[in-house]
Amino acid sequence: MYQINGYFEASTIKEAVDYLKENENSQIIAGGSDVLIKTRERKSGYVDKDLVGIMRITELHGISYDESGNILIGSTATFTEVEKNEIILKNISSLSTAVGSIGGPQIRNIGTIGGNVANGATSADSASSLFAMDAIILIEGPAGKREIPIKEFYLGPGKVALNRDELMTHIKIEKKNFEGYKGHYIKFSQRKAMDIATLGCSIMVKMDGNKIGDLKIAYGVAGPTPIRATEAELMAKGMEITTENLDKIGEKCLENASARDSWRASKAFRQQLIRELPKRAIKIALGGGE
Amino acid sequence: MLKTINCKINGRDMELQVDIRESLLDMLRDRLHLTGTKQGCGVGECGACAVLIDGQTLDSCIYMAVWADGKEIVTIEGITNDDGSLSDIQHNFVDKGAIQCGFCTPGFVVSATALLEEKPNPTKAEIRRGLSGNLCRCTGYTKILDAVESTAEQRGNKK
Amino acid sequence: MEHKVIGKSVERWDAIAKVTGRANYTGDIPQKELLYGKICRAKIAHGKVKSMDISEALKVPGVVKILTPDDVPEISFPTAGHPYSLDSRYVDVADRRILTRNVRLYGDEIAAVIADSELAAEIAVSKIKVEYEEYEFYLSTEEALKEGAVEIHEGSKNIIADTINGTGDLEAGFKDADFIVEDVCATPIVQHCQMENQIAYAYKDVDNRWVCVSSTQIPHICRRILGQAFGMPWGKFRVIKPFIGGGFGNKQDITIEPLAVAMSMAVGGKAVMLDLHREEVFAWTRVRHAISYKIKMGFTKDGLITAADIDAISNNGAYASHGHSVVAKGGGITTALYKIPNFRYRSRTVYTNTAAAGAMRGYGTPQIIYALETFMNKVSMQTGIDQFELREKNFTKVNDENPLLHMTQHSMSLRECFEKGKEVFKWDEKRKFIDENKGGDYVKGLGIAAFAYTSGAYPKTMEIGGCRLILNQDGSIKMMVGATEIGQGSDAVFSQMVADTVGVPYEWIIADAVTDTDIAPFDTGAYASRQTFVSGMAVKKAALELKGKILEASYHFSKRTNKVTVDDMDIVDGNIIQKHDGQIIEGLGDLALNTYYNMHEGHCLTADVSNRCTKNAYPYGITMAEVEVDKKTGKVEVLSILNVHDSGRIINPILAEGQVEGGMAQGLGYGLAEELKYDAKTGKPLNNNLLDYKMPTSMDVPDLSVAFVEIDDPVGPYGNKSLGEPPLCSPAPALRNAIIDALGIYVKDIPVTPQKIIEALSENREV
Repeated sequence: MYQINGYFEASTIKEAVDYLKENENSQIIAGGSDVLIKTRERKSGYVDKDLVGIMRITELHGISYDESGNILIGSTATFTEVEKNEIILKNISSLSTAVGSIGGPQIRNIGTIGGNVANGATSADSASSLFAMDAIILIEGPAGKREIPIKEFYLGPGKVALNRDELMTHIKIEKKNFEGYKGHYIKFSQRKAMDIATLGCSIMVKMDGNKIGDLKIAYGVAGPTPIRATEAELMAKGMEITTENLDKIGEKCLENASARDSWRASKAFRQQLIRELPKRAIKIALGGGE
Repeated sequence: MLKTINCKINGRDMELQVDIRESLLDMLRDRLHLTGTKQGCGVGECGACAVLIDGQTLDSCIYMAVWADGKEIVTIEGITNDDGSLSDIQHNFVDKGAIQCGFCTPGFVVSATALLEEKPNPTKAEIRRGLSGNLCRCTGYTKILDAVESTAEQRGNKK
Repeated sequence: MEHKVIGKSVERWDAIAKVTGRANYTGDIPQKELLYGKICRAKIAHGKVKSMDISEALKVPGVVKILTPDDVPEISFPTAGHPYSLDSRYVDVADRRILTRNVRLYGDEIAAVIADSELAAEIAVSKIKVEYEEYEFYLSTEEALKEGAVEIHEGSKNIIADTINGTGDLEAGFKDADFIVEDVCATPIVQHCQMENQIAYAYKDVDNRWVCVSSTQIPHICRRILGQAFGMPWGKFRVIKPFIGGGFGNKQDITIEPLAVAMSMAVGGKAVMLDLHREEVFAWTRVRHAISYKIKMGFTKDGLITAADIDAISNNGAYASHGHSVVAKGGGITTALYKIPNFRYRSRTVYTNTAAAGAMRGYGTPQIIYALETFMNKVSMQTGIDQFELREKNFTKVNDENPLLHMTQHSMSLRECFEKGKEVFKWDEKRKFIDENKGGDYVKGLGIAAFAYTSGAYPKTMEIGGCRLILNQDGSIKMMVGATEIGQGSDAVFSQMVADTVGVPYEWIIADAVTDTDIAPFDTGAYASRQTFVSGMAVKKAALELKGKILEASYHFSKRTNKVTVDDMDIVDGNIIQKHDGQIIEGLGDLALNTYYNMHEGHCLTADVSNRCTKNAYPYGITMAEVEVDKKTGKVEVLSILNVHDSGRIINPILAEGQVEGGMAQGLGYGLAEELKYDAKTGKPLNNNLLDYKMPTSMDVPDLSVAFVEIDDPVGPYGNKSLGEPPLCSPAPALRNAIIDALGIYVKDIPVTPQKIIEALSENREV
């Protein structure tokens, strides 16, 4: 049994937002693979809450194109849904790979992409890919709707720009950020399943002839929040794909990273991965294989 | 706080009064005495409590009982045929020696059932991945994988 | 005796119950009225509880009672699942209380709440206020042994034992050496991770005795320790073991049972359940000893060992549990594997403020084998002597007497294991391919390791097994054993033994779903890979006795019509026959009916045997491993791995393979991934859960190959030697040796994680 005070099942965004606004003790719960675990741990802020279930809000379901051809992912889309979705596979397969690397089947069947992002963890597998795609977070609250770039959404470890009475409704990937790009995500973890990333690296690359037209490199666990290797991205523009150039790009990525020592892995080891993983991801994205 | 839910469990329609603090696992084990579903970690890391919800394998320890409202749930007791005979997956678990202490077994059978529904002809790698949310410390997984692989083959031959 | 069932992969009797979810484990058995217990754990790693305020906790709705150290007996008791010792020199260290005021590790058990729900108990625990007096704490043996260290147990100097064993003349041995090699290594703290957590409930029964239903490997020992913990006659307790979800040694120790009983005693004998969380099982039941070794060996130029000096220091954690016996075992294992004319084995067991280390599959052997087999690898690499040849030259031989254990070995097939291994593994092909394809970021390597083990614990402890057989009215046979089925399949194996020995179909043997100390014959339980060997002897003796009685009875009942003597009678497929022509005299069912209901001469046939075993047999085996190492990330892919076992005759091949595969997967985790870690600042465990502790998943374990060299051991009851624990003794060193072979650099300690490989590569450590 969980130490929960109350439970409210919202069926519309409005219902959820109204409830959140009225009840100071309320807390959103989606798939529960994060919130329930924290409740069981008796983590401060997660005990004796009035939970608001949002999994039955149909407006938050599904994955589709908007009228401009951007991709809209409902915040309660499960990892399994995202992983197998045709739109995702066709346009942004690295996100499919990323969410496919999470946990095991049971966790992927219940965990949501919204929850993955909203809990603010740097290790969230979907987050680095969404960073590489310059995703936009769609939010609805008492004051109405707003949109915020994912880079601004992450404020610090476990902290995101979501007010207590707001609901993340969708994640938007703009067409300009995937059209013409190829991407790949590499999760480095000690186990091949049921693990959190020691380091995650997601790249999006657009070629201009045999040169790099645009490159986006994002990491999880290379800093307190997911980050972009902007220095390396800038340098990479116009480079040809050669081993030497890839080495340079990998090395350059360290400039934006702030990996640290923890009991899970050393800073030096994470730095080695920061160097190595983008090179591999680029090669795989471009069909070079690994 | 109690809440009334309606769901189908192992083919039976049920109306249940559940405590909102209950997990589905609590509900199945303590309320309905369906003790074939086990608890190994309480946080979705071992899969011993896996059940089918609308055909998908899910860990019932981190699934609120109230969420079962309107759902169709199948536990290990429901995978076993009504006359007590074994499903083909269960049969192969027995036949291939996939059972040792047996504590993880119901969860594995549940996940394997969902896996073969979704992928009737899985590769060995797909079986490994499909069962990767279930931990076993006795078998090294070898004979469990054999059991699932054999079931897929046998189903293929029947067609 | 003709083997009809022995050697066959018959189905275990409990398979269907388990696969349908109908097998009842401790937590599945309904109680009319059940209360729940929860332990309040210390939030410091070393010190004393100065005061405790339970007033707020008592106000939590549903709380029935809170126990503090004042409410439980002031009696210290031992917890190890060893047979009781009548010799005061060998009794287990009694250093445990049901609840303690002296905090010896982070999470030590300082109070307990009883409530009408688990949640109420948990909430109450969170409201207990504790004031501590804090001491310095020690996570390593070096710290605990330093000058002026605070004693974790008063008067211990933090040393549980410090012993030296050996043989020959060490100095002379080193003088005879042409060269000397030295090395150091260390092994990590790891945990069993059996899928069923520790769980027990206790209640006062109708006869006013205390019943404890527990997931234990050692019901009879559990009962004795309950008696000791409460200072009450042992007969006042009864222990029942239902189906058990694995143990691997973690449940060969008494952890929660005394507290469960104390809680029931505190509430007038109502049933109280203590069901540990996974996090508690990881950190506060038992773990494997981390042992560090210093090894020095002398060799002739041909590679023969002239002398060996091993110094082992074992981290026992906060309580003695199995204590010194675990590291001490390494001496006898060393001399069971290698012939060492001059040998010194010093071992020390040290208290620290980490989890109490107890029994875990292999019992000190995975550690010493890791040390020995990585050492032999180093010797081979330094001298150029082929690694197979180096080992084979020094292996012990049949009829060698183990100078430390004073037991003679009667079978030893390691050379055959290597031979078979090379063939099955395609060693030479793999070697050739790897040698011809060097370079690149992904490098491959091969490694081997050999091990020795024991069958049971004799002569270190006494060994006793019990079996009772009853001929039922229809000729089926009720089998009762005190040996404990914990998932390994011992019931199936015992049933096979009875079936073949008596001469009836396997299906006629009826096993027990529970082991109940009021009913089951005395047997010390599931540990030391003793059951097919030690308990198997009792089973065989009982089966022979029952068979004799059946033939006598058949002769007696049928002598008017049947002219053959007992000597010319046998039982085959459940029929009593005359040997000379195979003709059936009568079916066993007909005879059985007579024994039950013959008005004048009926007497039921039973055999009830308690057998003391004064023998041991060493099982042997090897691992061969092929790995691919990613030099840029340190990731290790196990491409193939094979275990070959010499366990004498294999009683049930499919169960035997299952044992080997499971042990290999555990060995794989031990070598590459698993380690229980602690926070240096607080002494708190860091990864005591199944996410952060890297037990292998189905995607991490490669295809596992298993082979057996089956040569009957003359001592084993059916030619068999032990098999349960051996499989995890050799994978870790074989994998580490393969990694070194791939990289050509020195990687020292397990688990060989990617980070350690990257560190070794960046420092370019020489072998």
